[in-house]
Amino acid sequence: MSKEKFDYFIKGEKGKYEVVIGLEVHAQVLSKSKLFSGSSTKFGADPNNQVSLIDSAFPGMLPVINEECVKQAIRTGLGLNAKINNYSVFDRKNYFYADLPQGYQISQYKNPIVGEGKVLLDMPYGSKEIGIERLHLEQDAGKSIHDMDPSNTYVDLNRSGIALMEIVSKPDLRSPDEVNAYIKKLRSIMRYLGTCDGNMQEGSLRADVNVSVRKEGDTNFGTRCEIKNVNSIKFMQMAIEYEAARQVELIENGEKIDQETRLFDTKKNETRSMRSKEDAHDYRYFPDPDLLPLKLEQKLINDLKKSLPELPDKKKERFVKEYGLNAYEANVLVSEKEISDYYEEVAKLSDKKLAATWMMGDLFAMLNDRGLDISKSPISAKHFAELVQAIKSGEISGRIAKEVFEIMVESGDNPKKIIESKGMKQQSDPKELEKMINEILSKNKDKVDQYKAGKEKLFGFFVGQVMKLSGGKANPQLTNEILKKLLKG
Amino acid sequence: MADITNQSLNDIIENLKKKKVSSTDLTKAYIKNIESAKKLNAFVTTTFDQALDKAKQFDKKPNFDQLLPGIPLAVKDLFCTENIKTTAGSNILNNFIPSYESTVTKNLWDNGSFLLGKLNCDEFAMGSSNETSHYGNVINPVGDQLVPGGSSGGSSSALAADLTPATIGTDTGGSIRQPASFTGTVGLKPTYGLCSRWGIVAFASSLDQAGPMTKTIKDCAIMLESMSGFDEKDSTSINKKKEQYSKNLKDNIKGLKIGIPKEYRVDNMPKEIDELWEKGKKILKDLGAQLIDISLPHTKYALPTYYIVAPAEASSNLARYDGVRYGYRSKQGKDLIEMYEKTRSEGFGDEVKRRILIGTYVLSSGYYDAYYLKAQKVRQLIKKDFDDSFTKIDAILTPSTPSSAFKIGEKTNDPVSMYLNDIFTVPVNLAGLPALSLPAGVDKKGFPLGLQLIGKALDEQKILNIGYAFEKNCGFKNEIKKWWS
Amino acid sequence: MSLDKEKIKHVAKLARISVDEAKVESLTKDLNSIFKFIEQLNELNTDKVEPLTSILNQSLRSRKDEISDGKIREKILKNSPKENEEFFVVPKVVE
Repeated sequence: MSKEKFDYFIKGEKGKYEVVIGLEVHAQVLSKSKLFSGSSTKFGADPNNQVSLIDSAFPGMLPVINEECVKQAIRTGLGLNAKINNYSVFDRKNYFYADLPQGYQISQYKNPIVGEGKVLLDMPYGSKEIGIERLHLEQDAGKSIHDMDPSNTYVDLNRSGIALMEIVSKPDLRSPDEVNAYIKKLRSIMRYLGTCDGNMQEGSLRADVNVSVRKEGDTNFGTRCEIKNVNSIKFMQMAIEYEAARQVELIENGEKIDQETRLFDTKKNETRSMRSKEDAHDYRYFPDPDLLPLKLEQKLINDLKKSLPELPDKKKERFVKEYGLNAYEANVLVSEKEISDYYEEVAKLSDKKLAATWMMGDLFAMLNDRGLDISKSPISAKHFAELVQAIKSGEISGRIAKEVFEIMVESGDNPKKIIESKGMKQQSDPKELEKMINEILSKNKDKVDQYKAGKEKLFGFFVGQVMKLSGGKANPQLTNEILKKLLKG
Repeated sequence: MADITNQSLNDIIENLKKKKVSSTDLTKAYIKNIESAKKLNAFVTTTFDQALDKAKQFDKKPNFDQLLPGIPLAVKDLFCTENIKTTAGSNILNNFIPSYESTVTKNLWDNGSFLLGKLNCDEFAMGSSNETSHYGNVINPVGDQLVPGGSSGGSSSALAADLTPATIGTDTGGSIRQPASFTGTVGLKPTYGLCSRWGIVAFASSLDQAGPMTKTIKDCAIMLESMSGFDEKDSTSINKKKEQYSKNLKDNIKGLKIGIPKEYRVDNMPKEIDELWEKGKKILKDLGAQLIDISLPHTKYALPTYYIVAPAEASSNLARYDGVRYGYRSKQGKDLIEMYEKTRSEGFGDEVKRRILIGTYVLSSGYYDAYYLKAQKVRQLIKKDFDDSFTKIDAILTPSTPSSAFKIGEKTNDPVSMYLNDIFTVPVNLAGLPALSLPAGVDKKGFPLGLQLIGKALDEQKILNIGYAFEKNCGFKNEIKKWWS
Repeated sequence: MSLDKEKIKHVAKLARISVDEAKVESLTKDLNSIFKFIEQLNELNTDKVEPLTSILNQSLRSRKDEISDGKIREKILKNSPKENEEFFVVPKVVE
């Protein structure tokens, strides 16, 4: 968080190149059943067990839309500050593939349900707005399995027909870091809204990445390549880096960049042309005659708008204002809805600023070490607040608090119980402390004389002795005060 | 008693009610007819054992509160029937056994009827003569060498030959009305959305409608009442109260305004068709209806529009027949793409392939605006023509077809002349309106000819009423000699 | 406009239908006569006309988000050309 100027450029021999990136994110809609059929969307079922006659495109089968998927798309659109279109149309995107049973994907082409919107990114060099071009609903395809048999491909249609939201950004992203921030922000917004679980391992969030390069200062876009179906942020970043370098090299060698679809090979860390798909790229979109135009009443949109939860940007503002956090702290604490919920629960019961410091320090480090989400934290928000309060009130010192924290993690006990049973309470009784300090001073007369003669460094030595004698429990502030007073006398 | 199978559905129901015949005997009589009519090739699959079981069950516990009590019915092989092979007239579905029942057939069974067999049709309902079926031509009982119309050719043939008391077809551009006209029977294409499309093998989703094919208007009303209704499984199904078409059938049409569109008098139209139309006008006028000249200026563009919209939708609807999950799969495919190409090449017939190619082309990059989008604009104009006219009239009277049944093979080498057969029927599909074809006379060869009544959306009752009055006063009698048995 | 053989082969490729070389000639002839017929539409000026998206003047009806289907693997796989109790099986996809 130290850099203050954007400086992601590819350096070629003939100059610096800017990388222009646009993303088409495919986010799986959170719903119980599929977009046009009543089969379950649950992940991990036995092959072909969540497939209806509609999902497998039997003759005469017809789609009926799931109202919740429509609402989820609207909610997401509202979360992206986007225009919700009262009139949208479902189209057929025609192509042949073994895991596409209908021979077409029902999608939205000319009239998507959501129009232009925007997403704000917090970058080290300031906040940056990324434009959203559109969001539309579409069906997912099934899964082709190529490695079960040397001569055959196996097809599982469990995923076939699950609702996806395709969120298309404008070509506003300029670096792998911005892509990282963008995906995380989108994911965060959708998780706040409850419209997509954002689980990248299970394929709930994937993206097609459009990359082009241009000389720094150029205003025209270069020829872009689309890298299909990348399923982790790390791979997106690697693919962009590779692809941008490849394009710069082509330009510098005076060669032409073909506008094409490419695939990112994660093993070789390179992008490759998918020419075989290129031939069939004529999707022959047309309005699906099995469906009617989707006309949304403004009341439905307004009602959904009213019921939206507070989203990260708003929440961040509030955290700064209400809790006195700095922008960085607020940003971290609103990044996930669960984190912000945890923080707010802690902040309600304890010192707000101290709670933020301890959460972002020890708590996050512990969760990170253990690979846990905050929802699985071994320390409840209530207990964590008690710990923060114990520090704040001077009941325990920061150093002791770290020990208490460790015990809390292991035992799940509340901090009060730990502090009491282990006698970890801070010594804050001035009389007791004075007695203890007098004892130390009388044992170390030589050092006291040296101190009084001007060797003030020795102050630390006395503090150390107090801590040693008290088993670390002496209240540091009080100890200082009393020591100073007695050493003067 | 006399041969029960040449009676109307309504009379058969009356006879069943009066115990003059049992459902079992009725079913046996149809089975006998079907077995002696193999030459007509109207059936792809028969379900006699199952039908007899159902008939016996009915006779044991008859329930005459239903609309179709104990009635055996054969249906077009485009309706998916649970555990009964459903081919859509195609090789690509030659072994396909659905695990589900279409909503329309389920409605029929729920009203007391049961399946007698599956009727031949043009492959994926693409045809006007039943010559594109993988399962062979169907013969029109009117004459040995005649086509029965299409695509519901098996349905019209079986009905006219007394192989089923009534039947159902599907109509995308005339596939119920044209075969009805060619066989001297009644055919109704309902308002788009009145009958559920769920479980019907799709041809062109925005045009397809299932409808009844019967011997009389009353039968037509009974069948429509049985098969129609809101279905939440079809997003294009209209949610409205069910109507009692047969109970509300009235033959008083005094004061109704009948539009006569000048654009339906096409160039080179046979004189007989014109005469038939004149006859129809006179009958309606004599019954007290008022004839009003109207104009539907974009009529001429309906067929070109149809031949963009229907193939475009079909090219996409038929993409699912890829040999992966059901149906025919070529043995030749080494890899996935080759498997697709061979499967679809071997599985589809020439007409279907032709239409898939047309549809693929008109949607493809660079051509979409010039063809598909243009057609959807013209479709808007065609719909508007009807909307404008229907502000001043109750129904429209036109001929059903530009000619009577033609000979097998006569038009197979000229797709456009085949397509022109649907010139009067197609506009209605593009506008989503109901239309009835009713037998009105014969040409000089003695082949039946039909007139078409077009109604406002959801105005089925009115065109049935007009048809009912017309039928009583027309004096048409379908004289079919059973030359095949 | 007219369709040549190459165009037809390209469209056939898009539609995943292999076309016999022997049949391309007659197919070209048929398709061209059909397109000639279709192109009557060019007589009409439709610049100011909105294309029709649906013949029904109602909005899309939706269903509740409930699990009401699935768990019918046997039915789904029953008609499958290549028998397997868990999967659909197709020849290897060659990328």
